[in-house]
Amino acid sequence: MQSVEQEKTTLHDPDEVLKHSPFHEQVEKHCRLRNWMSWNGYLTARVYDTLASEYFAIRSSCSVMDLTPMEKYRITGPDALKFLNRLVVRDVSKLKPLRVTYVAWCNDEGKVLDDGTIFHLEEGEYRLCSQHHQLDWLLMSSLGMDVTIVEETHDVAALAVQGPTSYSVLCAAGINGLDKLKLFGILHTELNGFKVMVSRTGYTGDLGYELWTEPVNGLDLWDVIFSVKDSGLYDVRAIGLAALEMVRIEAGFIMPGDDFNTAETAIRAGHDRSPFEIGLGWVINFDKPHFTGKKALQEEKGRSIKRRLVKLLVEGNKPPVDSFLYDKKKGQRVGTIKSQIWSPILKANLTLADIEYHKGKPPAEIWAEIYYQKELEWQVTWARCRISKDPFWSHPRRSVTPPERF
Amino acid sequence: MTNSISKPIIIVGGGHNGLVSATYLAKAGHKVKVLEAREVVGGAASTTSFAEGYRVSGVAHILYTLNPKICRDLQLESMGLDPGTSIDTIALGQDGNHLTLGRNAVNGVDLSQKDISAYTDFKKEFRSYAKALTPLIMNKPPRLKDMDRRDLSTLAQLGWKLRFGLGANSMREFLRVGGINIYDVLNEVFDDPRLKGAIAADAVLGHHMGPRTPTTVLTYLYRLWGEIHGAQSLPTGGMGEISETLAKAAIKAGVTIETGAKVKRIVVDEGKVSAVELETGELIEASIVISNADAKTTFLDLVGAEELDAMFCHRIDTSRSKGNTAKLHLALNSLPKFAGLSGSQLAQRLIIAPNMRYVEHAFNHAKYGEYSEQPVLEIVIPTIDDPELAPEGHHVMSISASFAPYSLKQGWENHRDRFANKIVDLIEGYASGFSDIIVARELLTPPDIEAQYNISGGHWHHGELTIDQSFMMRPVHGAAQYDTPISGLFLCGATAHPGGGVTGIPGHNSAKRILAMGAGK
Repeated sequence: MQSVEQEKTTLHDPDEVLKHSPFHEQVEKHCRLRNWMSWNGYLTARVYDTLASEYFAIRSSCSVMDLTPMEKYRITGPDALKFLNRLVVRDVSKLKPLRVTYVAWCNDEGKVLDDGTIFHLEEGEYRLCSQHHQLDWLLMSSLGMDVTIVEETHDVAALAVQGPTSYSVLCAAGINGLDKLKLFGILHTELNGFKVMVSRTGYTGDLGYELWTEPVNGLDLWDVIFSVKDSGLYDVRAIGLAALEMVRIEAGFIMPGDDFNTAETAIRAGHDRSPFEIGLGWVINFDKPHFTGKKALQEEKGRSIKRRLVKLLVEGNKPPVDSFLYDKKKGQRVGTIKSQIWSPILKANLTLADIEYHKGKPPAEIWAEIYYQKELEWQVTWARCRISKDPFWSHPRRSVTPPERF
Repeated sequence: MTNSISKPIIIVGGGHNGLVSATYLAKAGHKVKVLEAREVVGGAASTTSFAEGYRVSGVAHILYTLNPKICRDLQLESMGLDPGTSIDTIALGQDGNHLTLGRNAVNGVDLSQKDISAYTDFKKEFRSYAKALTPLIMNKPPRLKDMDRRDLSTLAQLGWKLRFGLGANSMREFLRVGGINIYDVLNEVFDDPRLKGAIAADAVLGHHMGPRTPTTVLTYLYRLWGEIHGAQSLPTGGMGEISETLAKAAIKAGVTIETGAKVKRIVVDEGKVSAVELETGELIEASIVISNADAKTTFLDLVGAEELDAMFCHRIDTSRSKGNTAKLHLALNSLPKFAGLSGSQLAQRLIIAPNMRYVEHAFNHAKYGEYSEQPVLEIVIPTIDDPELAPEGHHVMSISASFAPYSLKQGWENHRDRFANKIVDLIEGYASGFSDIIVARELLTPPDIEAQYNISGGHWHHGELTIDQSFMMRPVHGAAQYDTPISGLFLCGATAHPGGGVTGIPGHNSAKRILAMGAGK
């Protein structure tokens, strides 16, 4: 009897090429453009109707994104903290319950495998979210530890509610207690009789929240949020991954696999990256107990950096897609653009670029060679670039508590 | 090097390699302390009593010559080293027609002239291959990246020996057979099934391999390497006497040896060893700890995964180290009567492996977690030349029986006696009336060896000696030059290059490595 049941749940539905998230009914209704893509095996909207309106929903009002496909793992057991602290480069012992922290983890050679966030859900209970599938590495890292690792990607429905009016919208939706929720804080609450976890986290560099609940409550959660729009007070808009890509570059957030080769996928020598090389040196804590890659990173720390992923502002308005970078016009090649967008709000070409450093310093000048089309004719031009130390976009309201109401 | 450190070097495990390493380091001026869990030194090279009045070599029972350089360096002869009586190998034939395999010659009834001369050529040729590997065996395995001068010298010597020591033809042949299986090679060279069976048994004994398994030529060469310097022998007083002699040399050099001192933990602080903790809770500070234990015990049990990188631990965890050979000790009230064996022949090393198919079939069982229905046996009766090991007129028989997998499908608990009976029945076929003279017996399965000798998996070699777990990949890369990811922690046992056998070479190489790294300075 039991085996029959098991069979039912594990049987693959051949018609379901891409998985439907718990929000699918609503996502499909809103995704008028039918501009679909796959994210982690889920049918995901790239653009719902118009990219510009979705982008400005994030930056000017309130956006809602289906976050369910993100990899999620539940880490519990007596050695949960010990396991996480040995896994990631950051000191997790400092993470208090109901707090979230950004982390990265490396292989033995100190090269980055992935980045993500650790949620300290309650005392001794953690959720690790990652960009890529990490279960095998997590299990491998758990050797000799009394820890339980369960992938819960498909068992948690999640929505990102982001934008200047997100606080007001969620309050209007009936979520209480947000006034005290600080950046990277977690709130366990109830909404219309079901449990919701709210974290003040996001990938936009602006005020925003992520809401987590059981899949069966997914559509209810969606309805509660969108009912605020129906009341006519606030605009609430479903946004796809294309708009998210724009705001995450504005916010200077890197994407493993896009902006740098993860160690697991790097085949050729030198094509993997250390945390120092992708600007994550600040995440490493050498004062905590041993973690995977510590020895290699300690050695690397003593050497001057050879290359770095930087936030690079490119002058002009020609899109520097995959552009090569040079130390002067027609000079020596010093790097490549990895991700780029035209920022509607900053009116600038924003990019993340991999740059070679010499004696620990970036080139004095950086020039991008840009190929672009003009009425189907290819043209080439050169644009001066500047490294930006700070994120291109980071609004103070991101961390003000309580956030301003609109 | 002068005596320059206050904290002693701690050696975890007083196996023969631990003792060799300790002595070299003490001679170089270091304060060295050996901690042995058991009440006697020697580990798998010790003599044990298995029944009232009967003593036998515990795990390793035949000496394939202690390395002469080590004997010289440690002045073991002046300590009374007694390798015992040299012995030949006798391949038992079911009809009483046996073959005697010497170092250079083979003889026996029904053996063709072609096989007789082929054997002499084969041994000479293969011994020269083994000899060509000497620079590799007697040094730390060279790194392929970031080589130091010693690595370059090792590779240069190895290259020289292969090309000019062997000559172009032999080198070509060596490169052809080096990575393949012994089954094909022996079929090319010999006709007689008994001869091929006995040599094939040599290639696979102690391993999870059959004659058709790739790289069995290499395991055979490793075994043959010991023969370069002399014949195999049965040490007087059992293998424990060799270890006792090494202990004497160690003590004379200033080493402190504590037996009955089981190490619970190697304490690591900020990536460096700082102490060892005994089962009793006692902490002994150390800046250098050398582990004579196998890699799994050392890293996963004594150090703990949390002090090491994840992939390194995974490699250690997945390295193959499950033993496949059981040891049967029999107390006999008189000498057995093997059909066709003279009295002096009975004192030799007797092999039951009548042909290569027999050996391969025996191995087939091990692949599926079963013990061999017809095991391959290596039998010695040490009491013929060393009567002290048993009451007067009585004898002990020491048998290595393959294959007896560590993870037996049905579990060993209810099958221990059945397997022992199988071995006895098998011998009965060669020596009728054999079972009537047995007065006591002890079977050590790999799990027993694991429990009694603190060897993970109960594996003779502290890990399979396949090519992927040899040289610069032994036990795994990242710990293959005796030093480990933990600063101040070294390996010196069979788990390290070149591997198992009572050779003392891992001990010798590790000490050399530690001294070259400027230990304690």
